[in-house]
Amino acid sequence: MLEIRFHGRGGQGTVLAAKIISEAVLRGGTGQCLAIPEFGVERRGAPVVAYARISDQGIKIRSKIYAPGAVVLLDPRLTGSGITQGLSPGALIIINSERDLKSLSQQFPGMRVRSVPARRIALKHGLGPKATPLVNTTMAGAVCAMLDLADRAAVADAVASSVPVKTRENAEAALEAFDLVEEKLYA
Amino acid sequence: MKKVLTGNYAAAEAAALAGVQVASIYPITPATQIGERLSEMSAEGSFGGRLIRVESEHSAMASLLGAASAGARTFTATSSQGLAYMHEMLHWVSGARLPVVMVDVNRALAAPWNLWSDQSDSLSQRDTGWLQFYCASSQEVLDTVLMAFKISEKTFLPSMVVLDGFTLSHTYEPVDVPDEKAVREFLPPWRPESRLDTGAPAAFGSLAGAKDYIRLRRRMAYDMEQALSVIDDVAKEFERLFGRRYEPLAPYRAWDADTVLVIAGAAAGAAEAAVDELRRDGHRAGSLRLRVFRPFPADALRRMLHGGMRLAVVDRSFSQGSEGTFSQEIKAALYSSSPKPVTTGFVAGLGGGDITVDLLKEIWAEAHNGTVNPAETVWMEDAR
Repeated sequence: MLEIRFHGRGGQGTVLAAKIISEAVLRGGTGQCLAIPEFGVERRGAPVVAYARISDQGIKIRSKIYAPGAVVLLDPRLTGSGITQGLSPGALIIINSERDLKSLSQQFPGMRVRSVPARRIALKHGLGPKATPLVNTTMAGAVCAMLDLADRAAVADAVASSVPVKTRENAEAALEAFDLVEEKLYA
Repeated sequence: MKKVLTGNYAAAEAAALAGVQVASIYPITPATQIGERLSEMSAEGSFGGRLIRVESEHSAMASLLGAASAGARTFTATSSQGLAYMHEMLHWVSGARLPVVMVDVNRALAAPWNLWSDQSDSLSQRDTGWLQFYCASSQEVLDTVLMAFKISEKTFLPSMVVLDGFTLSHTYEPVDVPDEKAVREFLPPWRPESRLDTGAPAAFGSLAGAKDYIRLRRRMAYDMEQALSVIDDVAKEFERLFGRRYEPLAPYRAWDADTVLVIAGAAAGAAEAAVDELRRDGHRAGSLRLRVFRPFPADALRRMLHGGMRLAVVDRSFSQGSEGTFSQEIKAALYSSSPKPVTTGFVAGLGGGDITVDLLKEIWAEAHNGTVNPAETVWMEDAR
C-alpha cells in the first residue's frame, strides 16, 4: 500500500491531481486507488491537502492518511504547513521547484527529496497566470513516473478524461514532466 | 465500464441509469454535487428525466409526493438539516405508499454548525417508514440506488440510500458502471395501477378514521417485514446480472470471534482492517457491518451472534437521554436471546471524527477486556 499526501493551495486543483493519479492507476489494470480530499472549508489561496491511497489489492481503509510514504508539494512556498507531519525518515518529498536539489534537501533533513520544474513546464504550456500557474497535471505526470504508477499512455488518458479545459495542453505538460523524470531515472 | 467516480457522482449516474422520470433538487453540502451532476447530465442529454429546481427540501419531497402519485419514478438527494426539514413529508410519502428513492449524504446536525459526517441525520428519521441502506463504497452506492428502486416499487415503501459525507461522497475511486440495457432488464419502467390520472379522477390520502388508519399502518408494518425477503430476492437477481452480492448484514471473520465490532457505513472497511491486525496478534476478533437498518434484520442478527460473544457497537449517533441508536436496536433485538452477548455501545466519529483502525482496535480491546461498563455508553474521542 502506497499512501501519498498532496499539499497545495485552494484553486490549484490539488484534489484533481490525486484524481488524475487514480484515473491513471485504473488504466494500468490491476491497481486500486482512492483519491481523498481533505474535508475542510475551501478558500482560494489557502493551504489545502488531498490524499491518495494506492494498492494492488482492494483498499479497505478509507480514513485520512496520517503517515504517508510520500508527500507532493504543488506550491514550494508551503514549507511550514505541516509538510513533514507523520513522515518517517527516508520518506519521499516531491517538490515543484527549479531550485537545486542540495538546498532543497537541506530543508528536509532525513527525507528523500526530488524536484520537478512543474511551474516552468506548466507556464510553457500556457497553464494559468505567472503568479499562480496550474501545476496539478504536470505534478501528476511526474508523480506517476517517479513512483512507477502508470505508463505514458495511461497518464495522457487520465488527464484527458479529467480536465475539460485546455485538455491537450494539460496532457502535454503532464507528459513532458513524465518524460523528464524517466530521463533522469535512466540517464 | 469502469469510471473513477465519487460517491455523489455514483449516485447521480445510478439515478440516470434507473430511468428516473422526475428528480427534485435543492443544494446542501455535502450532497450538492448529486443535483449538479444530474443537471449537467440533463444538459448533455444523458439524463432524460425532468428536473425540478425547488425552493426548499420540504418542497423537494412534496414535489416527489405529487410526481410519484402520478406514477413517475422519482429521486432526490439531501443531507443533514435538509433531511430534517423534509421530516413531515417523509411520513406523507411512506404513508401514501410511494416508492420514492432518496440519497442521504450523512452530515451532523447543528447546532453548532458542522459540515462533516455522522449518522444522526438519517437515524433520527428511523420511524418515518422508509427503508434505510448504509453503503460502504461508491460502487455500493450506485448498486444500492438501482436495487432500491426495484425494492421500493415491489414493496410500495420509499428507500433512503445513505452514504458517509466526504469519506464516500467526495472520494474518487473506480466504479463499475453497468450499461443501460442491462439496467433496463433489471429495472423495467414502473407503471402503477393506481395513480393520479386526469382521465379517471380520484382522490388519495383523504381523511381516514381510526379503523382504517390502524389497518393501513398494520398493513405497512407487514409489508416492511416482508421487505427483508424482497431485499434478498432483488440482491440475488442483481448478483446474477451484475456479479456483485449484497447482504443485509455483512459479517467478517465473525463466526468464531469472541468479540465483534458492529458498525455501519464506510468505516466498516477500517473495522475489517482492525480485525485483520488483531487476528495477526492472536486475538479472536470479528466485525459485522449493518447494511440494512430498516427493516431491521433482527433474525439474521440473532443467527450470527451467540451468547458467549461480546459486542462492541460503534454508534455515530446519540439519542440524548438514552444511548446510541444502533446500540438500542441491537440490544432490543437480542433481548430474547439466551444467553445474550454482552453488548457495549461506543459513541465515536460524531461531527466528522475520523474512525481509524487504531481507534477501532482501542474500542475492540475495551469491550474485549471488559474494562468498560456495558450498561453505560462509552464516548471515544478522535485521538488526532
